Amino acid sequence: MIDAARAFTLSNLDGTPYVFDGTGPSLVCFVKDDCETCNIAGPVLEGLFKAYGGGINMVALGQSGDKNADFAQRHGLTMPVLGDAGCKVSFDWDIEIVPAVFWIDADGNVVTKFEGFVRDDWQALSDQITIETRQPVAQIDWDSLPAWRPGCGSKHFDPEIYDKLRAEADGSVLRARKVEVASGDDVAEFMFDQGFSDGLPLVPPTPERVMRMLAGTHRDPQDLVATVPPNMGVGTVEKIAINAVMAGCKPEYLPVVIAAVEAVCTDEFNIHGVTATTMGAATVVIVNGPVVDKIGMNAGLGAMGAGNRANATIGRALRLVIRNVGGATTGGVERSTLGNPMKYTMCFAENEAVSPWDPLHVERGFKADDSVVTVFAMTGGPVHIVDQTSRKPDQIAGSLGQGLEGVFMPKLHNLPIDALLVVCPEHINTLTVDGEYSKDRLRDRIQEVTSRPLSEMVQDDHSGAGIPVADAKKMDPEKLAKLAPKFAGKEYIHIVAAGGDAGKFSSVFHGWATGAVGSISVSRKIDLG
Amino acid sequence: MTIILDPTDERIPVARQIAERTGSVQGVVGLLNISKPRGNILLDELDRLLAEGAPGVEIRRYTKPTFAKPCPDALRHQIRDECDFLVEALAD
Repeated sequence: MIDAARAFTLSNLDGTPYVFDGTGPSLVCFVKDDCETCNIAGPVLEGLFKAYGGGINMVALGQSGDKNADFAQRHGLTMPVLGDAGCKVSFDWDIEIVPAVFWIDADGNVVTKFEGFVRDDWQALSDQITIETRQPVAQIDWDSLPAWRPGCGSKHFDPEIYDKLRAEADGSVLRARKVEVASGDDVAEFMFDQGFSDGLPLVPPTPERVMRMLAGTHRDPQDLVATVPPNMGVGTVEKIAINAVMAGCKPEYLPVVIAAVEAVCTDEFNIHGVTATTMGAATVVIVNGPVVDKIGMNAGLGAMGAGNRANATIGRALRLVIRNVGGATTGGVERSTLGNPMKYTMCFAENEAVSPWDPLHVERGFKADDSVVTVFAMTGGPVHIVDQTSRKPDQIAGSLGQGLEGVFMPKLHNLPIDALLVVCPEHINTLTVDGEYSKDRLRDRIQEVTSRPLSEMVQDDHSGAGIPVADAKKMDPEKLAKLAPKFAGKEYIHIVAAGGDAGKFSSVFHGWATGAVGSISVSRKIDLG
Repeated sequence: MTIILDPTDERIPVARQIAERTGSVQGVVGLLNISKPRGNILLDELDRLLAEGAPGVEIRRYTKPTFAKPCPDALRHQIRDECDFLVEALAD
């Protein structure tokens, strides 16, 4: 409750404006129609007004919209009853409970204030007004009133009202430009027209929704998370929150989105190139650690889509940040030949519970109880690897390897290109049926089963890809017989576990240009505050 | 009326006037290879044609470290300081 009265202008019940200049002597009382205690106070207010209304300003501020008139009629109020539309004055005067009473002196100082109904407080107030204004004491049957009744919560604490008030208040943490959409315009269509969308409908980022989103992080809304390529836009927490709202995120997803934005906006990841390439690369986001269960991400059945809000919207929010803050619009810097559905979203959690291996984030140097986001630049996938009949570990490992032959195209080997292999629980069962089967052993097996002689990779009538004929002619038979595995090194093979219990279907994502010339996968710890 | 918050960077791009087209080539012409395969073949040919058709022109060759990333600032500034014209070429 404030100590110095603040001016306001509100409408009377008949619609005429009432100007309160913030000075007294004035008695201001906030009431709500459906509050039982306010209805106890109603006749008291009228009693006070009859006694003192000639010598002081006295108003009741109703929080109940059209029902303010019902309140006034019920108690026969003859004093001004003003509608505190949107509860802005209630918020500004910092009340918590109704009824809330302020007795204000000529200089605007709040001399007496209280909330709820304590009979002695109200009676003492009446006596105080009598003394200070030298008017006859109000004729109120105090003994007929209850000694004490708790008030009700002020209506402005309703979440939707409160967030809106906080967003619009002076000193709001929001700095983004407010865009007014005319009442005759459809907001969804307006956002399409403004180019904010990835092609799907967006949730309107109203100030109150953005305020709720910002509650998902302890970080200051104006903290700079990253400068976002390609335009090097200023990616503040607030801007990321706005895009997260549009994507459909819950506030608790925001720290994951922030970490993902940090990760892709590094020189190593090179989101500019990932976005611009005609090859159609997209960001694949994998989440590890306790945050997965905390926010309800899906690592099991259907992990890669669809139906889980966190998986779907976190990936989408990341993409919208790159589009809206970074300025990567399709046909602008985004120049993919065919595009890629992963450009809408591709985000899932690793199924650490079924994995026999260190989870991805531990493998990359984080603690098991850290929550971590890892981003990969991938051009294709998920491409499923179907093997329902292998029963021996090396058989299924071999099948997974053969399933990786398609990266770029089967003929191309020795690729310095990342691949992300997602192994399903049933394939894990087969891999480990005889005991431990390490990730490194699996990588070695993949390299082993994909090894082919260079002679099979020479350009020919079947395919002009591969080793130029002129180069092949310079090689001796021994050189041409040399075996080349699919990948230039086993470090290019990234492995995670995901998926539901049933089904022998693993999957692979095919990489883009890997390394300093293109993109290096990046992990970032999620700041859960 | 609904109020929404601007999801974009809010910056207004700087409008730049394109250089005046004089109809002639003179001074220093930069040829920038972005490191796509066979980009050098295209630029070698352009280099040869320019030397034949505009013998007074000085040609300087530049190479981006990788086509997959924006041109490094230092190289961009070097080209700006040294060249009157620039041809950026790619091939596959």
